[in-house]
Amino acid sequence: MASLFKSAGERRAQSRERRHAAEHGSFLEYAGYRWLKIAVFISVFFLTVYLLVDVEPRHNGGSWLGYTLGTIGAGLIVWLALLGIRKRRANPGNWSVKAWTSAHVYLGLSLVVIGTLHTGFQLGWNVHTLAWALMVLVIASGIYGISVYSMLPEKLSENRREMTREQMVESLSAIDRQLEAAALPLAREDTDMVIAALEHDVFKEGLWQRLTGRRGRAPTRRALEHISTKRAYADDADDAAQQKVRTLLGRRSAQLDQIRKHMRYKALLEIWLYVHVPLTIALLAALAAHILSVFYYW
Amino acid sequence: MADKVRVAIVGSGPAGLSAAARAAELGMSHVLLEKTDHLSDTIYKYQKGKHVMATPSNLVLRSPLDFDAGKREVILDTWDQQMADQKVTVRLNAEVAAIEGETGNFTLNLKSGDTIAAEAVVLAIGTQGNPNVLRVPGADLPHIQYQLDDPTEYVDEHITVIGSGDAGIENALGLAADKMQGNVVTILNRGAEFARAKSANVKLLEEAEADGRISVRRDTTPAEVRPGEMVLDTRDGQETIPCDRIIARTGSQPPRAFVEAAGIDFTSEDRGAFPQLSPSFETTKNGIHVIGALAGYPLIKHCMNQGYDAIEFLNGNLDLKPADEPILAAKFNALPGRKSVEEWLETFRSQVVILQELSPLQMRELMLDSDVHAFGPGDVVFTRNDSGSSMFAIAEGSVAVEVNPDDTDFTVPIEQGSIFGEVGLISGRRRGATVRAAEPTVVMELSRQAALKLLATSPSANRAVNRISVERQLLQLFGSGLNPADVADLVDQSEVVNVRAGETVINEGADDKDIFIVRRGSMIVEKDLGGHPVFLSYLPAGSYFGEMAVIDGSKRTASVKAAIKSEVIRLPGDAFNALLDAKPELREKAMGDMAGRREINDFVESRKASFGGAVDMYSQTAQFLVDNGLGEATDVLLIDEKLCVGCDNCEKACADSHDGLSRLDREAGKTYAHLHVPTSCRHCEHPHCMADCPPNAIKRGPDGEVFIDDTCIGCGNCQRNCPYGVIRMDARPPKKPGLLSWLLFGAGPGPGEANYSWRKKKAEAEGKETPKVAIKCDMCSGVTGGPACVRACPTGAAIRVSPEKFLSVARLEDID
Repeated sequence: MASLFKSAGERRAQSRERRHAAEHGSFLEYAGYRWLKIAVFISVFFLTVYLLVDVEPRHNGGSWLGYTLGTIGAGLIVWLALLGIRKRRANPGNWSVKAWTSAHVYLGLSLVVIGTLHTGFQLGWNVHTLAWALMVLVIASGIYGISVYSMLPEKLSENRREMTREQMVESLSAIDRQLEAAALPLAREDTDMVIAALEHDVFKEGLWQRLTGRRGRAPTRRALEHISTKRAYADDADDAAQQKVRTLLGRRSAQLDQIRKHMRYKALLEIWLYVHVPLTIALLAALAAHILSVFYYW
Repeated sequence: MADKVRVAIVGSGPAGLSAAARAAELGMSHVLLEKTDHLSDTIYKYQKGKHVMATPSNLVLRSPLDFDAGKREVILDTWDQQMADQKVTVRLNAEVAAIEGETGNFTLNLKSGDTIAAEAVVLAIGTQGNPNVLRVPGADLPHIQYQLDDPTEYVDEHITVIGSGDAGIENALGLAADKMQGNVVTILNRGAEFARAKSANVKLLEEAEADGRISVRRDTTPAEVRPGEMVLDTRDGQETIPCDRIIARTGSQPPRAFVEAAGIDFTSEDRGAFPQLSPSFETTKNGIHVIGALAGYPLIKHCMNQGYDAIEFLNGNLDLKPADEPILAAKFNALPGRKSVEEWLETFRSQVVILQELSPLQMRELMLDSDVHAFGPGDVVFTRNDSGSSMFAIAEGSVAVEVNPDDTDFTVPIEQGSIFGEVGLISGRRRGATVRAAEPTVVMELSRQAALKLLATSPSANRAVNRISVERQLLQLFGSGLNPADVADLVDQSEVVNVRAGETVINEGADDKDIFIVRRGSMIVEKDLGGHPVFLSYLPAGSYFGEMAVIDGSKRTASVKAAIKSEVIRLPGDAFNALLDAKPELREKAMGDMAGRREINDFVESRKASFGGAVDMYSQTAQFLVDNGLGEATDVLLIDEKLCVGCDNCEKACADSHDGLSRLDREAGKTYAHLHVPTSCRHCEHPHCMADCPPNAIKRGPDGEVFIDDTCIGCGNCQRNCPYGVIRMDARPPKKPGLLSWLLFGAGPGPGEANYSWRKKKAEAEGKETPKVAIKCDMCSGVTGGPACVRACPTGAAIRVSPEKFLSVARLEDID
């Protein structure tokens, strides 16, 4: 009984250790680049086999090597697609999405080699090549994903400056409320500029604008330029109102900039999934068609 | 003045109501005095529709009034109805100003000038107290009020709000919210900062000030109140402003002064102390009884039972057994030997040294919050590295402590009557040794709350536990070669010192020669390199420091300061040296530890030229983490923002593994050098949330997690007490359709926390009323694989760390 207790305590201590030992590192370097090593090995291995083995009349998907590569490739594609489920299923167990992502990335890349060798470089305008082409597109979008995942998080974090998205939006509406009150004593012409800036829906913009961050002279900037440059105000009490509006417009412009940058980085981090995932579904369909037709016409 | 009543009951909360109803039922002459114009003011002030809970569920209700969990309105209506039915004599708007006289002949002076004569008094006034009143000339003018019910009531007035807490700020914001009301609102703050208020409120106030909607006057106090105007003391002298109405929100006065004025003694000077009571709730002033929250019982059911019991005792029914008798009987059932509840209570009280001063009522109360266990020889009580903050007391038998993890045969005995486990209680850290029963043993396990309450109310118990804990900590630190006699001198000369957060204990370069043990809290060690403090290491509770100067007589080589509010044991260097001289093997061990610390010192010293910037960065990161609560944390979630893509999968996984509500907010929280501390529980060594939980629902689990069990009554105290804002109050949402039916058919809201409207709609459709309860991280306790937030992170950004691992100098090289 006593020893039972002890081992339970020790087990707990061990699992705690394991939990904390979960090393701090990116999915790319998971477990000392384990999946990179495996993926390189698989690719080199099959490439060597492909070059060394003499298949008659020539390499194609129907040879024994072709079938082997095809089966491995199809299995991989299905498994890679399952990441979408793994990620969303928070059931108990000793899994980690980070390990899955690591394997997904490297095995996914090795699929270029496996899938292409499977074709035996016999490409044409048919459903088989469609499956191959879709696979390449999915992998290409994945490569884009890896690159933004490794470059953008740092920028996203720097731009955030400890603010949550809601706080950014709240801060903007606080500035807007103050602007509205501050602009009341201004001349008609100036007030109109401020109102135009306030009425402009800052969240309505096109995909291209969102992704590139390029936009023309927005009303806030116009109003700021108008009030800053068109007039040279004296330093008397009457101009205190303009001074205040100018400061507020400046703050509004900076706040807008932060929000837009935030949305831009988020969009760049997410946009590829809108290609990667639907293409994966299409790939699965094309793959099914490819396999069915191959066996049907056998 | 009316005829003398047998009993006057002051306060119409659950305790007072129940007492009055019982008196009416027995036909005892009585009067119930309530200072407001309605019964049960505390519950009356709950927000509309609040679900009131009826914990503890295993306690039977003993009262002429009904009470069951339900909506505030239903409970209040039931009570009002039953009070009327039972013809209870109630006087509303009757605030008692003073109680005079002796038992059998008390006079209660009311604020209104009336007096009431009573043979006995039952005080059930709770702990809310009365609002602090202004103490300036003109403070009795009618336009001063201490409460604001409806801010839209007032138009076109000059209104001054006094007080810089949340209540004051919220009132000021409410009064200025609608411009059309035309109020000119001013808020006065004695200081320059609004430090006591929530930051969200301060932000709103500052915004309102920037808009000119509220005039905020800092460093300003009221000097005089006159009709229509008010004189202020400002930094630049006196100033008079127009003022039609004053709303004073300067906190409230606890009822202690009033109670003491009636001649009642409290158990101690401590702010949290309660009146001294006999088993029949009688105070040190004969004839006055105290029940309910004022007596230390915050739960409604306890209060109602006590109201009933107090009247029964007054009625001469002295054999009445308390309602909790069956609960205690069930506890003692597990023990060998068929003793009655009284006999067991007396056994524990007389055998255990630290309990000998307790009264039977205190003993009973302590036992309700404790557990009892019987162990056979060799049975394990707890294992090294288990988490646990309870303290054990041996009533029968003895235990053996395995002080050396490598040699389980070497044990130190702890005899009958003594205690063990106190280090876990004081330091808040894991158990330092495995303890087994040496013979058939009966122990009492005092929960953390029960033990802390005991130490606060019984000075002699506190002294005894202190001495034992210092002795044991010394023995544990220096290993197996010592016995209590060796360290007795050192223990005698030791001193427990309280250290504020950030206070320096040892200054680099000084030549004092004391040695310290961290008793609770934690320390950070810093070295000054060319004017920059460099973070050397983090010392959790249980470690010692300052030995280098003692052993080799050198000056202090580094500074040590408290990371959080801490306690250290100061041992004089001479006495320590004498011990080392007597025990050469101890000197060897100390030299070994010292060499390790030297190495870190030398390492930093030698590398300072080559990575100057990195050292600064490391020190600042460490300081940032300590500022954000890592110093008192046991396990904290960090996010590396160089890896975080903001997918919020951590939050989704958290919600999906816990009833559909996320216990972490990834985006919120502070960030330094891309290291982000999200709003998520740190599982503190001494959890702030545990401080004031009426049903004691917050506990520490086997993996060290601080969790809330299902006896939570949803009062929100823990949410207010948590300095890191990690507790939310919410209703458990209804079940979602499964993942595949969402994925394939779009059923339900999908993975993660469902939005509010979905939860609300679905809950309404199911027609179940779910109360709001406190919800926080439980570190996915009991879930295979551990915390879902970390497992679900696709990029490796989310990590969970313990401070002693994370704040180690070994990380210096990683940071480059």
